[in-house]
Amino acid sequence: MTLTQHDIDLEIAAERAAYEKRIAGGAPVEHQPRRDYAPYRSSVLRHPKQPPVTIDVGTDPELVELASPAFGERDVTETDNDLTRQHTGEPIGERITVSGRLLDRAGRPVRGQLIEIWQANSAGRYAHRREQHDAPLDPNFTGVGRTLTDDTGSYRFTTIQPGPYPWRQHLNAWRPAHIHFSLFGTAFTQRLVTQMYFPGDPLFPHDPIIQSVTDDAARQRLVATYDHALSVPEFSMGYHWDIVLDGPHATWIEEGR
Amino acid sequence: MTKIDTARPETVLPTPSHTVGPFYGHALPFPGGGDIAPLGHPETVTLHGYVYDGEGRPLPDAFLELWGADPEGRLSRVDGSMRRDPAGGGYLGRNGVEFTGWGRVQTDADGHWSARTLRPGARGRSAPYLSVCVFARGLLVHLFTRIYFPEDTAAHAADPLLSRLDEARRATLVARGGGGGGGGGKDAYRFDVRLQGEGETVFLEFR
Ligand SMILES: [Fe+3]
Repeated sequence: MTLTQHDIDLEIAAERAAYEKRIAGGAPVEHQPRRDYAPYRSSVLRHPKQPPVTIDVGTDPELVELASPAFGERDVTETDNDLTRQHTGEPIGERITVSGRLLDRAGRPVRGQLIEIWQANSAGRYAHRREQHDAPLDPNFTGVGRTLTDDTGSYRFTTIQPGPYPWRQHLNAWRPAHIHFSLFGTAFTQRLVTQMYFPGDPLFPHDPIIQSVTDDAARQRLVATYDHALSVPEFSMGYHWDIVLDGPHATWIEEGR
Repeated sequence: MTKIDTARPETVLPTPSHTVGPFYGHALPFPGGGDIAPLGHPETVTLHGYVYDGEGRPLPDAFLELWGADPEGRLSRVDGSMRRDPAGGGYLGRNGVEFTGWGRVQTDADGHWSARTLRPGARGRSAPYLSVCVFARGLLVHLFTRIYFPEDTAAHAADPLLSRLDEARRATLVARGGGGGGGGGKDAYRFDVRLQGEGETVFLEFR
């Protein structure tokens, strides 16, 4: 039997109902996706079945995980945050500016940390050699960027609006347009890899990856806000996306205990 | 929604994690990602292993980040893990002298990874270890684990994490092989990650 979008939609609805039941029963809000989210089939054999072992970072300030690797000006070149200027020609597609702040759980800016992004081109094709989607490659777009957050925790990228793409998990499976983000905080415990989406995408209800975040409010935090003030006249559309790193870190402990 | 009002701390909630997906190979790996040890350093250790799924199949699309202290137990604050060429835009690689403590390695088509770093010294109450963060297609949230070294048996007995685990689970965090007592790095250490099932690696959460 071919696995259809309808099958996956039913599984997504069942997972949502199960979450709502847990919440109604007094369970805590789930800010993170479930590791074992079967509608996303790749998770089935790749999630641990044992609960994680908890380490209370307050008991030992010397933990390796309470520090983070350092990145600096040597690791990033000046034009790395402009994905439209990495080749001799202009990439095809709608230019966008994506900007926001990197924050910790207390709302403080996370300064001088590395942000890496990668994405498909405007046709929904990655410049990745194993990519099988036969949409056109763009010789003027690799879809990879890097930057360091500034003193206010802010970042800014200029890129091309990525296209949605089919991914073959089930018949007619399409990923909503997204930009992948990799982030470092002041502690390795804050490490985050995630995806940013665009407002109002009609594919949201059908995509098991975004739906793996079953909490509505948490899922909304993955969606950027259109920001006309960020749009550059005669050049690009603007999107604002603030990112909050989870996980304890050293200053958090100093102030919290 | 995604403009966060930091004046209202109750609205500052974590951005959810998402899978790294299958298509990061043109973006995240970089040349020399696993060559963390400065060239010719006498405390260099080679680490390698496989990442397996719940059916014991190796993952060809996972990557690991390693983060650890230097042999004196100090954490590096030096950048330059992924030095770039300001002229051409490509990678220069590490400078071969400084130790950043951090590296990123992909599994190959056989699910195998390897890295060379410095044998870490102990910090605080813990036995020497490297922190490991595992990413892969199918992992909606990355997984933290640790690599301890087999020669440090006395320190393992006092380690706040290892001493809480039963024998079988503890063994998943200790590399095999190595220098056979000297820790001089003559031989490679083997460390496999089992995401699920028999011999499942101990994964950690930090609070
Ligand atoms: Fe993607």
